[in-house]
Amino acid sequence: MVQNLDWLFPWRWSLRRLVVAGLLLLLLLSFFSIVRLELVVNGLFLGAIIALGAMGLTLVYGILKFAHIAHGDFMTWGAYIAFFLLGTLLPRLGLSGVGFGPFTFGPSLFLALPLTILALVAIAIILDRIIYQRLRRRGIGTVVIAMASLGVAIAMRGLVQVIWGGETEQYPRLSKPFYQLPMDVRIPPDGLFIAAVTIVLVLSLYLFLTRTKMGKAMRATSDNLDLARVSGIDTGKVVWWTWAVGAALAATAGVLLAIFQAQLYPIMGWRFLIPLFAAVILGGIGNPYGALAGALVIGVTSEVSTEWLNPTYKPAIAFAMMILTLLLRPRGLFGVRD
Amino acid sequence: MESVIGYITGYAIMATTYAVFSLGLNVHWGFTGLFNIGIAGFFALGAYTMALLTTPPPSPLFFEDFKFGGDLPSLIGIGDMWFIVALLAAGVACGLVALIIGILTLKLRDDYLAIATLGIAETVRLVFLNEKWLANGSKGLYRIPKFLGDLVAPQNYDYLYLGVAIIVLLIIYLAVERVIKSPWGRVLKAIREDEMTAAASGKNVFSFKLQSFILGSTIMGIGGALYAQHVRFVSPETFDPLLATFVIWAMLMAGGSGNNKGAILGAFLVWGIWTGTQFLPGFLSDPNFRFVMIGVLIVAVILLRPRGILGEEKRVSRHVDETRGAASPEA
Repeated sequence: MVQNLDWLFPWRWSLRRLVVAGLLLLLLLSFFSIVRLELVVNGLFLGAIIALGAMGLTLVYGILKFAHIAHGDFMTWGAYIAFFLLGTLLPRLGLSGVGFGPFTFGPSLFLALPLTILALVAIAIILDRIIYQRLRRRGIGTVVIAMASLGVAIAMRGLVQVIWGGETEQYPRLSKPFYQLPMDVRIPPDGLFIAAVTIVLVLSLYLFLTRTKMGKAMRATSDNLDLARVSGIDTGKVVWWTWAVGAALAATAGVLLAIFQAQLYPIMGWRFLIPLFAAVILGGIGNPYGALAGALVIGVTSEVSTEWLNPTYKPAIAFAMMILTLLLRPRGLFGVRD
Repeated sequence: MESVIGYITGYAIMATTYAVFSLGLNVHWGFTGLFNIGIAGFFALGAYTMALLTTPPPSPLFFEDFKFGGDLPSLIGIGDMWFIVALLAAGVACGLVALIIGILTLKLRDDYLAIATLGIAETVRLVFLNEKWLANGSKGLYRIPKFLGDLVAPQNYDYLYLGVAIIVLLIIYLAVERVIKSPWGRVLKAIREDEMTAAASGKNVFSFKLQSFILGSTIMGIGGALYAQHVRFVSPETFDPLLATFVIWAMLMAGGSGNNKGAILGAFLVWGIWTGTQFLPGFLSDPNFRFVMIGVLIVAVILLRPRGILGEEKRVSRHVDETRGAASPEA
């Protein structure tokens, strides 16, 4: 009888075993003060923001079959639309104020965030109508569509610079002290908001994909486009919903990133593209829960790496993780084979 | 008048340099269908290789932090041979990086290469920015010697360098034309059109893609070195993906991917638009507006004229005409 020696090879492990092993390793390291637990916690916040972007990106990737390179710039647009609302429009309407409850931002954010989402969803659907839909109908290869999205990415960022200028901006905010938790963990004042929004959106996405007809249609289309079409699924509608979900998540990710970093600048989304794609590939293309797991892994790893490396190397760490995944598990952590 | 000629010469040098990149990208995208969006990385690597190999060792007089300056000019005495050595070294450096990236990603989905090149470009930029011992960090390298600097007066040097750049471009152009029209080049086009058919015809698709990726990246490395020698200053900020990657994509797409003449034409045309818009009135001269135009240009070419201005020659082999006559243009 051949013994199963899989446990000797970590890259063959199941996802559950990998995650448990990773968590144990981190706990062990922080117990011996090799890694500060604070970095792990902050990495989870960063991972949550990556996750929102990456889940949308992986849905677009899985259903429309192309690498949507403008996804980072969707996030930038989300951040800037909210900046316009929070900094210019809403104060003029008398809705201003900062330091709402325990947070740095004002109550107007709860109005600005849904409006931002709506605006970005509209932008995404319009872009699909005038660009991507035509290319799809012509039966053009997905790489060319990806290239068109590269053009869109450049134009979108250029527009941000034309409209808002290239400087670093900030939402109206009131500085608040960090929360002090045991074991020297400090949590940024908006951390709880970021965590709450992410949890709500992840749960809604889960319910949407598993309980609604459209969500099931999206999953079916992602699995097999032709099969979905012959079983009577309106793939045109699926495409609309895919953009809507992707753009809504990207807009939220952009706003949360601007809050988390306490600044926004035109290239923020483009710089975020590497962690986004790393999370998507880590989780397996088309798998939103995989992207969530991948994003948390990327977030924690790149944050913990700042213990030894210059913090600017974070994107390079995400890139290294991605290369490692491609080497060991090209289909992602979940390891589904075609 | 002097200044106008000077301006045009400066424009022509940069356009020629970009044409080299456009040719390299044409090998990747135009002939093989490889999606490289990390041109900025190869640009930086080529330029830094040239700079590091030729700069004299660091001197405390200049408050320089880097540890190694190749100082090739004093090592290689014969004329200004060091220029050619450094140019080739830049190509080799990029070729090696392409080899590693290619082995990792070319067996996987098409678009993994795009994501990997994006990552390598950012990593290269971060390394040059952070590792002061390697390349002087954000201060950059600014003591790159002048190739054939003793030959002409400094105010006339640009004319000489334009000649050098054109010669390099011409050599690369002829070389690429030659390999693309060879059986090797036809395999690349076959892979671009249909990988499965190429594989079924007994061609090792992975190996051909890898060779094409290395060739194009080597050309980009030479382009980077050509650039470094022109401005004789490199810093991590120079190689923003905005300029280095996207403009070159716009050049190839506009000129006509799959056509080397188109690649060169596109470089001169787009660089002309790029530098020319500064003379436009109002917000049109806003440098940020150029990025919008570059992006719109790429999308518009894909939507309206996928073949670009010149487009690819339909003819696969000149023997087709000889055997069949002009009767079947589709052949």
